[in-house]
Amino acid sequence: MKKEHEHKAKKYGMVIDLDKCTGCGACMVACMAENNVPFRADETDKLLSITWMRVYKLTNAMPFPKTEICYLPRPCMHCEGSHGHSPCVSVCPATATDYSEATGIVSQIYTRCFGCRYCMAACPYHARYFNWWDPVWPEGMEKYLSPNVSPRMRGIVEKCSFCFHRYQLAMEKAHYEGRHGLEEDEYQTSCTQACPAGAITFGDLNNPHHAVYKLKKSENAFRLLERLGTNPKVYYTSSRKWVRQAGDNYLRDEKDNVIDKSKFRN
Amino acid sequence: MDSALIPKGVRRCPLGHFVLFLAVVGAVLLWGVFAMVLCWIKGLNQTNMNDYYGFALWIWADLAVIALGGGAFFTGFLRYIIGKDELKNIINYAVLIGFICYSSALLILAIDIGQPLRGWFIFWHANVHSMLTEVAFCLSCYFAVLTIEYIPLILENRQADKVPFFHNLSHNMHEIMAVFAATGAFLSFFHQGSLGGVTGVLFGRPFGFREGVFIWPWTFFLFTWSAAACGPCFTILVTKITEAVTKKKLVKDNVIELLAKISGWMLLTYFVAKTIDTWYWASVTAPSMGFFLSDFYTGNPLYGWWILVTEIVVCGLVPALILITERGRKNKTSLVVAVVLASIGVSLNRWVMVLQVMAVPVMSFDNWAMYFPSWQEIATTILPVAYGIILIGISHRYLPIFPQEKELNPVD
Repeated sequence: MKKEHEHKAKKYGMVIDLDKCTGCGACMVACMAENNVPFRADETDKLLSITWMRVYKLTNAMPFPKTEICYLPRPCMHCEGSHGHSPCVSVCPATATDYSEATGIVSQIYTRCFGCRYCMAACPYHARYFNWWDPVWPEGMEKYLSPNVSPRMRGIVEKCSFCFHRYQLAMEKAHYEGRHGLEEDEYQTSCTQACPAGAITFGDLNNPHHAVYKLKKSENAFRLLERLGTNPKVYYTSSRKWVRQAGDNYLRDEKDNVIDKSKFRN
Repeated sequence: MDSALIPKGVRRCPLGHFVLFLAVVGAVLLWGVFAMVLCWIKGLNQTNMNDYYGFALWIWADLAVIALGGGAFFTGFLRYIIGKDELKNIINYAVLIGFICYSSALLILAIDIGQPLRGWFIFWHANVHSMLTEVAFCLSCYFAVLTIEYIPLILENRQADKVPFFHNLSHNMHEIMAVFAATGAFLSFFHQGSLGGVTGVLFGRPFGFREGVFIWPWTFFLFTWSAAACGPCFTILVTKITEAVTKKKLVKDNVIELLAKISGWMLLTYFVAKTIDTWYWASVTAPSMGFFLSDFYTGNPLYGWWILVTEIVVCGLVPALILITERGRKNKTSLVVAVVLASIGVSLNRWVMVLQVMAVPVMSFDNWAMYFPSWQEIATTILPVAYGIILIGISHRYLPIFPQEKELNPVD
């Protein structure tokens, strides 16, 4: 069974347990350090901040003592859309973003992007960020940049890559050792490893031996904006109904009814 | 001093007045050029765009000028393909306005992209699935067609016409202009449509997304339709402004009224199509994605119901009704009111299909995002207007743009 799977196309994805997330932001910090994400001295305007992984704060909007909070980490959803036509990939005029049928990862080709920002307009998750400035690192910090990830220049779009360089390094190692596939722990994203609560699980959604395969099937699992047909590869779980409902938009008469989301999945 | 360059049998203002006019508008142009250079040197951080508003004022201006410049292709289509011969008296001006609008659109795009030196990637690494690729190809090709249509006008300048080669070239180009007009109409159908498709295909943005036929969302057809309806209205409006500024009649009423009548019917049918589209989107498309129509028009300080009513009724139905009635067309005031409303209406539609799409929150825990452009964005948006005024001024002074000018304004 395991051998059979080694040659099947992979579909990397995440399952994030929102009941475990404390909103500490370690995933955001780890992501920025791992991927050489630039920052400025003043990051107060969040609409200009580049955060491949962003933690949103959700509330059930109930008065005390019924108030509840939920923190929702949001990486790129690596949408599959319909047959790989994810919202952003299909619109890029210069083929600067691509959907990999081999891994299910949506890539961004920095040297080809010319900064039209159509992909940003297409993404309903705001997972894509524009480099409004050239990256400027505090003195000496450039020595600590990751040599595996190219820094991006002004005028182009960037986004979460599921730490694709880690996949490349793991595959190189596996190839050197004469293996075709990867073990689950050989390729993990930096945010997954940094989460102190273990809220993020990463793996191949197609591989029955990976934890994400079972977790995504939980009755509490949902994806953001499934009704749009974006077909994302990031799943969330929460035992709280209001959190699950916050994952999508509902008409008033639908709100209290059970929505069969399976019809939106393909 | 420049009388040798001015067409025979027409009267122009003194050169001093003309230079003063150029200097004033040129100052505005330079302000825009300064802002443009700032954006190129320092980057798009000079704007107030952000990661929620990746598309903003410039993309609106781009879409708006292309729609308003639609008078060129539709008037050309009516003149050369349908055979409305009277329109030969306004086609030159429609071509000039189209040339200004399309060259402006290309300039705006060159400022808008984050890496202008990589602009050619859109052709080299073209993604055939992207509406923007179609826009780039058709826009460039149609601009080339407009240039070909504008060249014979330049060659008709009194001095240029004295050169036999230019004279013959101009004559021969006029002879085959129907071919270019047909090519232009074909290209325009696609790029006006693909501009509508830019938003219409965004299935992650329920406010902009539309279903459609094959690969084309309904906005594809609506954009072409509205440009064909409102472009000629803008041509009429600019003609009326030019007549007011030059204090003389330049085009006979029957020509204007014919174009106005066709525009009126186009606008009325567009109003019907747009209403059906809006109704279907509001009652079927958006609810299937979990949105009520009210979600798009409430809960923010700007985008209210007024925008829907203004676009469809005030700037759609009202000008259409004025223009299809003989009394409405013949009355100078109501004609101008109608063409102004139609021009505002199509511009408002483009605003909605760019800016409001960016503003509407899609994730349930997200918020409306508001935006106001920086002075650099405003200056670079005014830049094409100044450029257009200068080009119209120069063309009107030195080229025989209006064939009926001599007859309508005999020089004693």
